[in-house]
Amino acid sequence: MEYLSSIFQEVYKILFLLIPVLVSVAMIVWLDRRVWAFVQKRQGPNVVGPFGLLQSLADALKYIFKEIIIPASSNKVIFILAPIITMTLALVAWAVIPFGESQVLADINVGILYIFAVSSLGVYGIIMGGWASNSKYPFLGAIRSAAQMVSYEVSIGIIIINVLLCVGSLNLSDIVVAQKEMWFVIPLFPMFIIFFISSLAETNRPPFDLPEAEAELVAGYQTEYSGMMYAMFWLGEYANILLMCALGSILFLGGWLSPIDLYPFTLVPGAVWLIFKILLLFILFALVKATVPRYRYDQLMRLGWKIFLPLSLIYVILTASYLFYFNLLPTN
Amino acid sequence: MIAHAIFFYIFSLIAIVSAIMVTVSKNTVHSVFFLILDFISISCLFIMIGAEFLGMIMLIVYVGAVAVLFLFVVMMLNVAQQKNQWLLSEDSSKHIPVGLIISTLIFFELIIVIGGWKYKPDLFNSSNLDISRELSNTHSLGQILYTDYIHIFQISGMILLISMIGAIVLTFRQREGVKKQSYLKQISRERSEGVEVLDVASNKGVKIDD
Repeated sequence: MEYLSSIFQEVYKILFLLIPVLVSVAMIVWLDRRVWAFVQKRQGPNVVGPFGLLQSLADALKYIFKEIIIPASSNKVIFILAPIITMTLALVAWAVIPFGESQVLADINVGILYIFAVSSLGVYGIIMGGWASNSKYPFLGAIRSAAQMVSYEVSIGIIIINVLLCVGSLNLSDIVVAQKEMWFVIPLFPMFIIFFISSLAETNRPPFDLPEAEAELVAGYQTEYSGMMYAMFWLGEYANILLMCALGSILFLGGWLSPIDLYPFTLVPGAVWLIFKILLLFILFALVKATVPRYRYDQLMRLGWKIFLPLSLIYVILTASYLFYFNLLPTN
Repeated sequence: MIAHAIFFYIFSLIAIVSAIMVTVSKNTVHSVFFLILDFISISCLFIMIGAEFLGMIMLIVYVGAVAVLFLFVVMMLNVAQQKNQWLLSEDSSKHIPVGLIISTLIFFELIIVIGGWKYKPDLFNSSNLDISRELSNTHSLGQILYTDYIHIFQISGMILLISMIGAIVLTFRQREGVKKQSYLKQISRERSEGVEVLDVASNKGVKIDD
């Protein structure tokens, strides 16, 4: 009986995390379209509900009631599995994100590696979708996307090493606590910029949205998908974007810590600060989408391998030498 | 404890079944997917025995990078369309004896290896390394890897580097007549070089040199 109740407690905790994440994914789609529209002097979605807030709900309903079309020549099992994998992986990574002191679903020792592993698995949703569609545009989109994600993961990994050198632990809560005196965005500012750009590429956001470049590839790997399966790809993509924003705010912007460590600011619960930082990064994502033209594919690869990778490697050496010379290496 | 055992058996069952499916399944892309499933369940097993760092690295390196390359190669080769009928067709049946000999050799080697396997009663106490149980996986790995075994670690890094250079040298070929763009040239282009404003006389036109 005790065992069962503990299981129920865990399920309750998971739902308490999952439902807000799903709702905020729907809201973030609205915010994205709204910011995009305001940059272009349009109104954006403003009809359904107050300020158009319920637009995503309406879209979701539309997707649910649409017919799911499975191409006759596709590999059906993998075709159906692909959006499921994308969405599951995007949601599963939220388990280790700390929303406050000891407010975390799974406080594991290798939290950052877990997030890195899950985000590197995200490639499979796209490759499977592209391959199983058995059509040229999805396949080209999938190959592009996989190459892009694998290349930018390398530089993200090395940027994470930079942060870990200053922390001395792979636990996400430890990473946040280590920023109590100074957020890592100040000493590691160049790395923050590179991380931001790499996370744009990692989540296939514009200007790096080559996998779904509509002018040449229709919709990339999503071309053959319809109805709920398309919506799942879409939800997974936005959940991934939110996750990268959360990761950025945990690694560089001090996670749940308040910007000023004084009385009235520390009253605000940590989760609010974290959500505020995530929103800030997401609005930056949306502004980039609205202002920057799409990269060419060879330029994208050159940026990843020839500029970001050496830069972040040099910065690792710099950080390590600085910490070693001034005897600041974390010891625990 | 029962839940632990149940999960252990689930993961090991998935690992074994998917490992069999890698060799059995007719579609090559499917077998790569089964290989990925195998890697994932083995990393779950690693995490279950407390080797969380190894499990995560297994996921990142093998599933996140190596298997993606496997998939790339297999998808590009387009072997998925080939009907796997080498057992029945006439011309390729001469490979079967060679394959049989090799597989029986490997089978006997495995029997010899597993037959000589000794289970140590307690692996942790028998090791002569000074590991404290307080430290996390990552810390203790780092403390051993970068102190006692630094030379072996660096030599393995060297071997990886050499094999990387070797792979690049083997596949690199200089091609003639490939047009390349110079980014510096593109960026440093000025308006005055790109655009020229002309007064065009009527019915005369302008000669464009190209």
